Amino acid sequence: MNGGTRGSPTRKGAVASVALLIVFLYAWEWGPSLLGIPSFIVPPLSAVAAEFVHAWRFDHLLLHTGVTVAEVLAGFILGSLLGAFVGYLLGMSPVAELALSPYILALQIAPKVAFAPLFILWMGFTVYPKILVAILIVFFPVMVNVLTAVRTVDPDMINLARAFKATRAQIFWKIEFPTSMPPMFAGLRIGATLAVVGVVVGELVGGNVGLGYLLTFGEGQANTPLVFVAIVMLTIVGGIAYLGVILIERRVLHYLPARRVGGNI
Amino acid sequence: MSDVVRLEYRNVTMRFSQTANRGVLTAVQGVSFAVRDGEVVALIGPSGCGKSTLLNIGSGLTVPSEGLAFVDGERVAGPNAHVAFMLQKDLLLPWRTVAENVMLGVEIQGVPAVERQKRARALLANFHLAEFSDHYPHQLSGGMRQRVALARTLAVDPHVLLLDEPFSAVDAQTRMVLQGDLAKTLKQAGKTALLITHDLAEAVTLSDRVLVMSRRPGTIVDEIVIDMPDRDNPLARRHDPKLGDYVARLMDRLDIGHAALEQAAGGAP
Repeated sequence: MNGGTRGSPTRKGAVASVALLIVFLYAWEWGPSLLGIPSFIVPPLSAVAAEFVHAWRFDHLLLHTGVTVAEVLAGFILGSLLGAFVGYLLGMSPVAELALSPYILALQIAPKVAFAPLFILWMGFTVYPKILVAILIVFFPVMVNVLTAVRTVDPDMINLARAFKATRAQIFWKIEFPTSMPPMFAGLRIGATLAVVGVVVGELVGGNVGLGYLLTFGEGQANTPLVFVAIVMLTIVGGIAYLGVILIERRVLHYLPARRVGGNI
Repeated sequence: MSDVVRLEYRNVTMRFSQTANRGVLTAVQGVSFAVRDGEVVALIGPSGCGKSTLLNIGSGLTVPSEGLAFVDGERVAGPNAHVAFMLQKDLLLPWRTVAENVMLGVEIQGVPAVERQKRARALLANFHLAEFSDHYPHQLSGGMRQRVALARTLAVDPHVLLLDEPFSAVDAQTRMVLQGDLAKTLKQAGKTALLITHDLAEAVTLSDRVLVMSRRPGTIVDEIVIDMPDRDNPLARRHDPKLGDYVARLMDRLDIGHAALEQAAGGAP
């Protein structure tokens, strides 16, 4: 319980984590040259840092990052809303679920990123195909979790509300909706990281802006440090999206015993 | 206790169709009985004899195949505000505080916020839970949770309480405390109750009358009027020498010794 005291597992873990990071950064800086790996294959940390500054000043790194962040946000929010909506709808209508489940399953099995070229054919080199891929990819984990949650609400709980003469809407808002929150957040956490994947694939396939575009641009110029910069920025974007979900989750699910929310992130 | 009938079952039969063998399962067969105002009636019987089915019919959640149920002289045609039920599971909502859980029913029924807060405060004080009103269910013990569930049941101020093994999930000592709380509350508030239980001593110590049901298809095979004082004090009743006689009679009526012998011999269940 006293997680921060000296010698506790939490503290030891944190110290080891920081130590590992330092070792990793050192290995990145000095490892390639020690092993004789040329810098156009694995550029050392300092080269990547220099490229970061360069890209920031001359290659509109901030703009590319901003566009990617906006696409991720739009795709994540729209995909989550759509997934939750369809999840509740199917959860409350067994007939609709039976009728639609084979198609939903097929769409879930199909690799969503494979739709990216199609969407670009349809919508051109705009932000929309990227957002659409993200929507599609975020949709499923959220929908499946919400659907399962609505399905598994304790029937006795529903009966209790019915015995109090609850209307269908009251049963939804007072019982089913709050019950579905923990599984929905589990889906949102997965969705937050997947949204970045969807957007990047969309940007890789076509367009001239965004971190995904920067990846192909760097590749085309054989500018390995720029590719690394883009990868690092994408990881940061994904990490912030994930952390954002966790922060909201902690607020919404504050009533759960502490350990169950977010785990160890 | 007046002669006004609060809850009545008139020739109730309940059949369920079974998908597995296309058969029909008769859970309850021709059950008739009435519970008068302020009376507590216990219903005992072997597992699967349709006790809970009767409770669902009384609360309007299930429509009987034949026969009718009445609450306050009105035919039960669906859930109604005069009946509230409580199950073995406390069914507390984890995202609601204790006070908010108590207010669930009155909130659904549209009682104004000030009034429902007043009721919740009074009930929680009555059940010695006032200081826990802002706690969440996971912070409470099983016995406390069950008391919150009882407070939630009483908050809607029902005429009739339907209690389905309300204390069977808590440990024996807590159960006795909760039985005392329930008995006192029912007596003070003059509530009418139908108590389903497997615990013979609970049936005798808490009720005015015990109805015994047979195995499936469930019918009422005996009615035992409990002629003991202190219906509001089950602990006092536990010390009454008559308790043993009543429990023995119930065991006899339920064929408990017989069933035990059959099981010991590896015979039919």
